Amino acid sequence: MARMTMIEAIRSAMDVSMGRDENVVVFGEDVGYFGGVFRATAGLQQKYGRQRCFDAPISELGIVGAAIGMAAYGLRPCVEVQFADYVYPAYDQIVSEAARLRYRSAGQFTCPIVIRMPTGGGIFGGQTHSQSPEALFTHVSGLKVVVPSNPRDAKGLLIAAIEDPDPVIFLEPKRLYNGPFDGHHDRPVTAWSKHEFGEVQEGHYTTPLGKAEIRRAGSDVTVLTYGTMVYVAQAAAEETGVDAEIIDLRTLLPLDLDTIVASVKKTGRCVVVHEATLTSGFGAELAALVQENCFYHLEAPVARVTGWDTPYPHAQEWDYFPGPKRVGEALLAAMEG
Amino acid sequence: MSDYAPLSLHVPEPEVRPGDTPDFSKVVIPKAGSVPRPPVDVDPKEIRDLAFSIIRVLNRDGEAVGPWAGTLSEDELKDGLRYMMTLRAFDARMQTAQRQGKTSFYMQHMGEEAVSCAFRQAMEPGDMNFPTYRQAGLLIAGGYPMVDMMNQIYSNEADPLKGRQLPIMYSSKEYGFFSISGNLGTQYIQAVGWAMASAIRHDTRIAAGWIGDGSTAESDFHAALVFASTYRAPVVLNIVNNQWAISTFQGIARGGAGTFAARGLGFGIPALRVDGNDYLAVHAVAKWAVERARRGLGPTLVEYVTYRVGAHSTSDDPSAYRPKTESDAWPLGDPVIRLKNHLIKLGLWSDDRHKQMEAEIMDGVVAAQKEAEAHGTLHSGGKPSVRDMFEGVYEEMPPHLRRQRQKVGV
Repeated sequence: MARMTMIEAIRSAMDVSMGRDENVVVFGEDVGYFGGVFRATAGLQQKYGRQRCFDAPISELGIVGAAIGMAAYGLRPCVEVQFADYVYPAYDQIVSEAARLRYRSAGQFTCPIVIRMPTGGGIFGGQTHSQSPEALFTHVSGLKVVVPSNPRDAKGLLIAAIEDPDPVIFLEPKRLYNGPFDGHHDRPVTAWSKHEFGEVQEGHYTTPLGKAEIRRAGSDVTVLTYGTMVYVAQAAAEETGVDAEIIDLRTLLPLDLDTIVASVKKTGRCVVVHEATLTSGFGAELAALVQENCFYHLEAPVARVTGWDTPYPHAQEWDYFPGPKRVGEALLAAMEG
Repeated sequence: MSDYAPLSLHVPEPEVRPGDTPDFSKVVIPKAGSVPRPPVDVDPKEIRDLAFSIIRVLNRDGEAVGPWAGTLSEDELKDGLRYMMTLRAFDARMQTAQRQGKTSFYMQHMGEEAVSCAFRQAMEPGDMNFPTYRQAGLLIAGGYPMVDMMNQIYSNEADPLKGRQLPIMYSSKEYGFFSISGNLGTQYIQAVGWAMASAIRHDTRIAAGWIGDGSTAESDFHAALVFASTYRAPVVLNIVNNQWAISTFQGIARGGAGTFAARGLGFGIPALRVDGNDYLAVHAVAKWAVERARRGLGPTLVEYVTYRVGAHSTSDDPSAYRPKTESDAWPLGDPVIRLKNHLIKLGLWSDDRHKQMEAEIMDGVVAAQKEAEAHGTLHSGGKPSVRDMFEGVYEEMPPHLRRQRQKVGV
């Protein structure tokens, strides 16, 4: 076991994967010599050579499009899009090409690629470094969508994603890179070195895609969340005294519906929490699934706490970000419902 | 008051429209044999003029002339003629089958047969094409069974793609034919990625990307050229300039550039223009570009100057946007007739043998069609299963799809 930040865990996942399988290649903007703007690929080029870890031109569609061709050849590219906010030029390649290649070629060609991208806010990144576009990918047949919330999961999930036979969108909550964040932005930052999930196995292991994890067992209300909001929800539960059962979804597509349904049937209440905007967000899918599967167990309407339906603002970051106060209010309201 | 006259938007228009007399007088056609053939390891800077010329081998008398001649044996030339005639016969039957309601959609190659058939003859087993929808000659010349193409067109029970893909969006890994997307331009950069993978693995396989004149306007084209240039990928980047992007003449995508090939020059990629209706020239240039790629000399951009004689697809009527007789006026002629005349000139062929082969080919196409139709057509006979609709989205079916499939009861 070693102490790792989330960045170190992600780097370790790529390192382990590249060491085990020479078909794994890593590239993206600033990814090679420099090791990535968040340092996720630091040292990989030195260790595995320029042909397996290299800098790419500033062309997200080029990065993803080339990765698709490589995957069709038999490689396993794990590419970085520098911020999730920059992924849109590659959207056609992801949606029309990567996601459908297996289907439309009846399995002749497949696309085992991982597209890593830092997601979410909390770093004063403004509208171009803070977005949470997961719902744009969960709406696409043929993709898998993963959002880890801690170093231990991040490593196991990333190795599983690299070994997965289908394309995986791997969204890394950048506010969690250096430590858990409960939304109290005015308090001192905590580091992963103080957190149990900052303890990470050094070698190879996988965390299965499609499996949620209960972060806090409780009996009052089920909180469905992922990424940074796991810690915000934990803080809200402690601060309000509501005995919330907090489920970290980890993989949004495919979704671990069994864990969700079992919990909501037990608590009879459900609050969905995500950073992304409200309308047509992934929370809408979760709310629909809960009412379809747990309607007769519900004692209150399913509530959603999310970012507002505005572009991600700069100065108003903490008014936008669904912090522990808003989540706590939703928990209390659900208990009254 | 401004010192400047008011601005006015420039919107390019073709020389002629329906009702006008076709006019290709502005298409400069160099004499066959007049364009030099550089060595494959030439410095791209030294051959920039090849992006503005047209490499031609067959002259008006049906003779193969100049430095690009001589890349095909007599048997290969006869094979080439057979491939093109097969593709034309195949198109004719499938075009009619679509009109008869046996399938929803078809796209024919009339006038462009030489491009894909001759290119295929320059490739090796293990190489990969990333084609658009008008390169079925890659399959025909590669020996892919026509009946499988038809099964795909009919979306019948024997469709290799299980009814999931629009007609003619074939896929055959075994025959070096990447799954056609149907979205435009997307596969150009994928061809570059595939070629990069071959280099990363230290193999000797090469890729060929395909794009039309209109789709060069897509960002994917630019990305492909950047990546191919930067990583010196073993790829041949083909632009089929058939003059028309559905109803839009090529000037809309080309803009102020002299030619599409010239787009390669800014990337330091050797760029060649070739007479796309000249089977021998297409093959010679393809071979040159393939050789460069395989020797690790990097990418080549090739523009095939040709003309789309038929409609864009069965959903298109070209008489609405161009003169009906424009194709007759196309100065580079018909690729089948030109190769036929060359073979006659060589004493290898005759009108009688041509007619005889035409009949034999049609018999083969009709027989394949009969066999395919025994497996069903789009609206009658054998169909792919509804279960096939749910399968193959992922390697392993996730729970939500399993639930949906169970709901349908398949």
